[in-house]
Amino acid sequence: MTRLFISRDSTALSLGAEQVVTAIQQQAAAKGQSVEIVRNGSRGLFWLEPLVEVETSEGRVAYGPVEVSDVASLLEAGALEGKQHPLYLGNIEELPYFKNQDRLTFARVGLTDPVNINDYIANDGYRGLKNALNLQPAEIVKQVTDSGLRGRGGAAFPTGIKWNTVLNAPAEQKYIVCNADEGDSGTFSDRMIMEGDPFVLIEGMTIAGLAVGATQGYIYLRVEYPHAQIALNQAIAAAYANGYLGDNIQNSGKTFNLEVRMGAGAYICGEETSLLESLEGKRGLVRFKPPLPAIVGLFGKPTIVNNVISLASVPVILDKGGDFYRDYGMGRSRGTLPLQLAGNIKHPGLFEAAFGMTLRELLYEYGGGSASGRPIRAVQVGGPLGAYVHEGQFDTPLDYEAFAAISAVLGHGGIVVHDETVNMADMARYAMEFCVEESCGKCTPCRIGSTRGVEVIDRIVDGVEKDKNTVLLRDLCNTMTYGSLCAMGGMTPFPVLSALNHFPEDFGLKSKA
Amino acid sequence: MQDYQTQKSTVLDILDKHQTMPGNLLPILHGIQDTLGYIPPAAVADIANALHLSKAEVHGVISFYHYFRDTAPGKHTVRICRAESCQSMNGKALENHAKQHLNIDFHETTADGRFSLEPVYCLGNCACSPSITIDNEVFGRVTPEKFDQLLACKGAE
Repeated sequence: MTRLFISRDSTALSLGAEQVVTAIQQQAAAKGQSVEIVRNGSRGLFWLEPLVEVETSEGRVAYGPVEVSDVASLLEAGALEGKQHPLYLGNIEELPYFKNQDRLTFARVGLTDPVNINDYIANDGYRGLKNALNLQPAEIVKQVTDSGLRGRGGAAFPTGIKWNTVLNAPAEQKYIVCNADEGDSGTFSDRMIMEGDPFVLIEGMTIAGLAVGATQGYIYLRVEYPHAQIALNQAIAAAYANGYLGDNIQNSGKTFNLEVRMGAGAYICGEETSLLESLEGKRGLVRFKPPLPAIVGLFGKPTIVNNVISLASVPVILDKGGDFYRDYGMGRSRGTLPLQLAGNIKHPGLFEAAFGMTLRELLYEYGGGSASGRPIRAVQVGGPLGAYVHEGQFDTPLDYEAFAAISAVLGHGGIVVHDETVNMADMARYAMEFCVEESCGKCTPCRIGSTRGVEVIDRIVDGVEKDKNTVLLRDLCNTMTYGSLCAMGGMTPFPVLSALNHFPEDFGLKSKA
Repeated sequence: MQDYQTQKSTVLDILDKHQTMPGNLLPILHGIQDTLGYIPPAAVADIANALHLSKAEVHGVISFYHYFRDTAPGKHTVRICRAESCQSMNGKALENHAKQHLNIDFHETTADGRFSLEPVYCLGNCACSPSITIDNEVFGRVTPEKFDQLLACKGAE
């Protein structure tokens, strides 16, 4: 019996992984060869998916990207014994793209069967929870505070401070809410964790529950992620069956219950207060802050709202200690960030690294430049509300403060690459158009400002009173930045103004001297 | 469009199952759409009644979320990603091709009822843009030619 690993990750499936599985099963059976195919998470080297890994006496040997039409020649060449073939890659962990990562949060993704709890435990899973069960709530919070972990959803708020606020908010009922509404273009790290190692998220949420005295958790998952929904529900069922969720977690007398709730295609529900409204069964209208969700959150109770990666980073912190995690990174950006290389890039994928590497290193050394082979012109970092960064800024280190210093946003580390064919006036217009489409409508600068923004950009591009309308666009962006209730309207000016400032020629304006 | 009387028992059954769940409106709407393919406007009164909400409140929630629909979809729903990553890999050309090929715009259904076309903003498949989904299946690096092939396969079903 030969063990093979072929991913169940959405991106692998989108390239035909399921068909490859079927072809190998059928053709191996026809040859009388017995194979067991484990459906793992993705290693995150997406230009090599569908990736087939074969377990041999010398470790795993990988082949990729494998298409159905390659299966016959692979079996013929002896791929089941790890032999040579044009698609032979050797040990995937020895490729620089993988080897040079710091995989803390993603330690297990791609290694194990994501929904097999025994695999999880055998690969250091639930060690953080075991430690947490022996600590006082304040001691758990201290570990998270000491780690320097900041919200990985984009806002980078210190996680320990948020937890401490909920810990100290007296209430009979508190909640842990996981924001899994990963709606930003260029991001897929949340999805990869949920599909590739859902137990690490479940463990992180359970630890959060112990830390602040919350007995109920919800994962608010976007409806565009059906495979994540399946994996999470399978893992949650296994956690209940093995005493890792429920009324008496590992005989500790502690309770934590967890449920997945589906969103319904509203980008704004990734904003934490809008998300809470949606969980309560309402329109996803943004709430005024204060009160903070940590004080008045879900159903009016103190609530931790954390992103998937933030929560999934907690188990390693509780396992190895806050200091271990804090020793990675630079400045005030501690630990690792799972960077996501997307768009027009030759080697797209997941690259978890300590903060501090430069954008250029990531784009060229690992990303291999653009997919089209043309020069890279603009890179949007941090999602649709992040700034466009130009070539002259590529030496900026991937660090929250360094990006803020160039009026950009590192955010969740999603990186979308555009080659020289991009029209930046189109991208600026799209940013406003997206805000029109997705604004919740509660505040005027966002709801109406975005519509006026599309119109003003159109007038500039059409050559109507260019200078006057450029002043007007800047003024409008100022109003949106300072007058909007949340980041939707407040940060839409980032892509718009960065496009205007760095690429004025695309708007028909004079280039910078 | 089906007669609501034949759908009513399904709606009432779903309402009944979710009666004690906190924040149950979205799960109920998902349940109805998963079963019937859409949320019949006539169901709004039943939902409002069961949840002690006004019809306006229920309608307001349905209309807020892009995913919920109040008309029957085609046999297959095709969603095309319009977000930045897909744009960087010729997503706009794919979008135009799809509209031409199906001879419909976004939010419309082909005359033969086989395909509905919807925009979507990110499928989390940005490493292999441009992306589309057909029903619950996601496809990456979709060229106009691949789009035609995929639809031909589905159309033959």
